[in-house]
Amino acid sequence: MPRELETAVHPEKLKRVVIEPVTRVEGHGKVTILLDEDNRVHQARFHIVEFRGFEKFIQGRPYTEVPVLVQRLCGICPVSHNLAASKAMDVIVGATPPPAADKLRRLMHMGQMLQSHALHFFHLSSPDLLFGFDAEVGKRNIAGLAMEFPDIARQGVGLRKFGQEVIRMTSGKRVHGTGVIPGGMSKNLSCEDRDWLLAEIDQVVRWSQEAVNLIKRLYGDHKDFYNDFGYYRSSFMSLVREDGAMDLYHGGLRAIDDKGQTIFDHVDYSHYGDYIHEEVKSWSYMKFPFIRSQGREEGWYRVGPLARVNNCDFIPTPLAEAERKIFKEYDEGRATHATLSFHWARMIEMLHSAEAIRELLHDDDLLSNDLVNTGERQLRGVGVIEAPRGTLIHHYRINEDEQIVRANLIVATTHNNQAMNEAIRQVALQYLDGQQLTEGLLNYIEVAIRAFDPCLSCATHALGKMPLEVELINAEGARVQHLIKDSDGKHHA
Amino acid sequence: MSGTITIDGKTVPFTGGQTIMDAALEAGVYIPHLCHNPEFKPHGSCKLCVVEANGRNVTSCTMPASPDMVVINDTPELNEDRKALVQMLFVEGNHICPACEATGNCQLQAAGYYLHMQSPRFMHFYPPRRVDASHPDIFLDLNRCILCELCVRASRDIDKKNVFGISGRGIDSHLVVNSESGKLGDTNMTVTDKAAHVCPTGAILIKRKGYTMPIGKRTFDQKTLREFHLEQQKRVEPKDGPDGG
Repeated sequence: MPRELETAVHPEKLKRVVIEPVTRVEGHGKVTILLDEDNRVHQARFHIVEFRGFEKFIQGRPYTEVPVLVQRLCGICPVSHNLAASKAMDVIVGATPPPAADKLRRLMHMGQMLQSHALHFFHLSSPDLLFGFDAEVGKRNIAGLAMEFPDIARQGVGLRKFGQEVIRMTSGKRVHGTGVIPGGMSKNLSCEDRDWLLAEIDQVVRWSQEAVNLIKRLYGDHKDFYNDFGYYRSSFMSLVREDGAMDLYHGGLRAIDDKGQTIFDHVDYSHYGDYIHEEVKSWSYMKFPFIRSQGREEGWYRVGPLARVNNCDFIPTPLAEAERKIFKEYDEGRATHATLSFHWARMIEMLHSAEAIRELLHDDDLLSNDLVNTGERQLRGVGVIEAPRGTLIHHYRINEDEQIVRANLIVATTHNNQAMNEAIRQVALQYLDGQQLTEGLLNYIEVAIRAFDPCLSCATHALGKMPLEVELINAEGARVQHLIKDSDGKHHA
Repeated sequence: MSGTITIDGKTVPFTGGQTIMDAALEAGVYIPHLCHNPEFKPHGSCKLCVVEANGRNVTSCTMPASPDMVVINDTPELNEDRKALVQMLFVEGNHICPACEATGNCQLQAAGYYLHMQSPRFMHFYPPRRVDASHPDIFLDLNRCILCELCVRASRDIDKKNVFGISGRGIDSHLVVNSESGKLGDTNMTVTDKAAHVCPTGAILIKRKGYTMPIGKRTFDQKTLREFHLEQQKRVEPKDGPDGG
């Protein structure tokens, strides 16, 4: 692993290339690369330059308000924050939600997973995968996709829409709803809404299957490239169900190392602090978590779709399980650590989400009015969920007056911080080292970051599609090359 | 004294002691307002209900109706002024609707919608305001107080407890709690008090209620501020005479 690229020995003698902001990700980040006279890479870092401050400013607020407040961390996966915080508040109100509420939450979460994965694959990443990483930049976006591959674009929009409708029907709004409350839900699913979803769901499952087939085809067409692009091995962490099944809503923490050996398994997530620590580095607002037993240097890991598909013993829906087996066996398991395999795993999860929704829709509990439980109030609560981008930890303490006094949020993108840095260092060595830089080559770096589907807004506790500015500065500090990409994708020097 | 007045050309009857607001609401004519509530003596602080009566701008909730008074109410100019007042209220406090439990049930928010408020317009003050969670059942968040004094009036006139008051002058005016510590938890207020349920915004919240009311069922999901206030009038027997007058 190219760890030596984290910090150059003599940075003052090197040229600095900046990719800022990184585009087609959620939030605001930048990449800096230090090069010598021969364009050899000496340092590559992925920095998060946003500061959000949620953990601080929710202090003093009543705990009932917090699940709705913290979901404003994000416009893409607010449901995940809402659910993780609500699970923590379930503990604080001392109540396990009744079965109907549990199923409604799971339905909402699967809708969230579906829409977020569809957004990432079709809108943000497929332009790279379908047109090529260094294809004409004006084409490499969702508009270009709609022109050349209208059926694919339409399915992407349709999948996202369906997911958003599931969220609206269970939470009250497509974005930032309020249906989940401590101890349960405030509303059930209406018969009318259930019937609408049932009428659509078979098509949604079909489209999700087609999406898996699409990424398989892309992978197969360029097998060596997909296998090798930013390749490295790492540990993985995710929740798994008691029987080892993939469970995106609830379970115990499992971590496996880069050889597939178990580091820990079925850990009660309320004790996450005994297993994971966070390191702060001066050059990023985002912390660097690591698995305590593996140490600061070697303890980093990946979370998200790739981690979940690798970690689980099986997926509890048949179509997705069949795809998981194909994935695991592909090219003698080589795909299981590849950076671009995140896309493949993500589509398998999207298929699982669609199947899970179909199963849930046949459960009459969704129409029940037995929606809330109460119990004895506690002063500490931890809620963990598998958000679209990976394991999401919310941890709160309240005082006797029911105000938040402390909050700690570890979001998926934060877990992946070191891994994303490893990925860009690999790609920088593989493709940029010694080369004259072009926008297309720099996009290779972004492709590696994009594979993780990072949410930088969430990770620092803003807005995507911002303009990209690349500066090439020589050893004397003079600017020798300057490229600007506007938010509409146009380039000028 | 009784008789009729005209509001925007419509003849409206009134009886002795009624204000322009009382007469208007009883006749189903809506004058936007926030601090007025027919259950309590009028107060005249929010100024949303300002109308032109016989050529003079007056607060309709405190101005007694008089025979043949000509009132102008629903004009673009007056509604624009009302919108500006609401916009000022929004920036004077810290009204973060997306994270407020009162969203959907808040009259300030509903007034914003009713008056077609599209933006805050003025610079936010972001004032540092106190939050008081000391009461076991009631949460007091002064970030959202608009100084309508409905809690002051309810506690004084109905609950007979005088829990709340206003201190300071001008821009420094603020709600205070009548206890030695200044904390709500040290008063004799209870969750069943009228004062716990009259706040038009989210400044006084009942603890542990949170977002139990789903979207779609909240007050202003189902009706406009106008409909809400006209229905409120029908439910209540108005009290006589302006505050102190």
